[in-house]
Amino acid sequence: MSSLASAFADLGRKVMDAAAKLGRGHLLFWKMLLGFDENLRRPSLLIQQLFSVGVLSILLIVLSGFFVGMVLGLQGYYILSQFGAEATLGVMVAASLVRELGPVVTALLFAGRAGSALTAEVGLMKATEQLSGLEMMAVNPVRRVLSPRFLGGIISMPLLAAMFSTTGVLGGWFVGVGLLGVDDGTYWSQMQVKIDLHEDVFNGVIKSIVFGIVCTWIALFEGYDSVPTSEGLSRATTRTVVHSAFAILGLDFILTAIMFGE
Amino acid sequence: MSKQRNMEMLVGVFVAAGIVALFFMALQVSNLGASSNGEGYSIEARFDNIGGIKVKAPVTMAGVKIGRVSAISYDKETFEAVVTLTIENHYDRIPDDSFAKIFTAGLLGEQYIGLDAGGSDIYLKQGDRLQMTQSALVLEEVIGQFLFSKAQEN
Repeated sequence: MSSLASAFADLGRKVMDAAAKLGRGHLLFWKMLLGFDENLRRPSLLIQQLFSVGVLSILLIVLSGFFVGMVLGLQGYYILSQFGAEATLGVMVAASLVRELGPVVTALLFAGRAGSALTAEVGLMKATEQLSGLEMMAVNPVRRVLSPRFLGGIISMPLLAAMFSTTGVLGGWFVGVGLLGVDDGTYWSQMQVKIDLHEDVFNGVIKSIVFGIVCTWIALFEGYDSVPTSEGLSRATTRTVVHSAFAILGLDFILTAIMFGE
Repeated sequence: MSKQRNMEMLVGVFVAAGIVALFFMALQVSNLGASSNGEGYSIEARFDNIGGIKVKAPVTMAGVKIGRVSAISYDKETFEAVVTLTIENHYDRIPDDSFAKIFTAGLLGEQYIGLDAGGSDIYLKQGDRLQMTQSALVLEEVIGQFLFSKAQEN
């Protein structure tokens, strides 16, 4: 009897813990949003974050985009040439990049490259009591530390995703036109006929903005909410990557269903 | 101080490169350069059978795209399909006795509407109707007719 009661008690505690964590996460989200005016007052904080979150990710994003585009070019050519439809290679490469792979792969790479770094940075600030120190000096750590990082992530993500898609299209062009002999004119013109500015490009950008918000939010919250020990910090960093990946892929399905489902 | 300046410059380059990439997608990858969405006048054509024509299918004249299909509906009185074509404004000289036909691009390609220019001096305006149309070629019907005529020969 008592073991049954304690099993229910464990379940209840887990649910309550999860609900409390969700609540803390939402509170932090609104506090960070309310702190956005700090970015106008001290733009150098935002620039610092755009540098560490955005500029330092460029090389990874551009290289990955180029290789993903080249693989799409190779695989697409192999499949399409079986139907004699190599002319639509450009459409296939561009549509899959702009709609799906650009925003999603960029967000996954971003979570690994920038999200984990944000969690570790904020978590270590908490563990070494720098955040408490700021509070002692009557400086709000959410406004001063977290808001610039949040806005920096939200601005960086769509720009990085656009770079990913662009280099991917160029990578597909390099393989398809340069190596496999698809006609240069058809590659671009078929793409321009089929890819719609609203339907494809804008929706891709909206996706990447949503992913930017979610990824940065998860990373900052995990760091801010981490247990201030070395083990707690390592767990928080792992959770950032795992939860971001789940959130990105799950949200991608929902967004795709809303945007492209008829 | 120069380190700060350096970082600011790199961030500027990053934002500029991102915006260039967005423009590249808008202009080179998508159809922004090719079409002016929504700007145009609409005319109507009635077909016995439109086959697989969908909204946004291209409308061409002499092979050049001059507009898109903007709406498709069914007239229950005359049993015809009513197709609304939106033609870009600068193509304002389409004779009112032009012939609208439904073609297929390639064997498996998408269907589009081709206009053959007539000889009239009166040009189509907003809301006019194309009088002469030819329905889509439905492959099953053609094969059926072919088999039927073969059977009659024997």
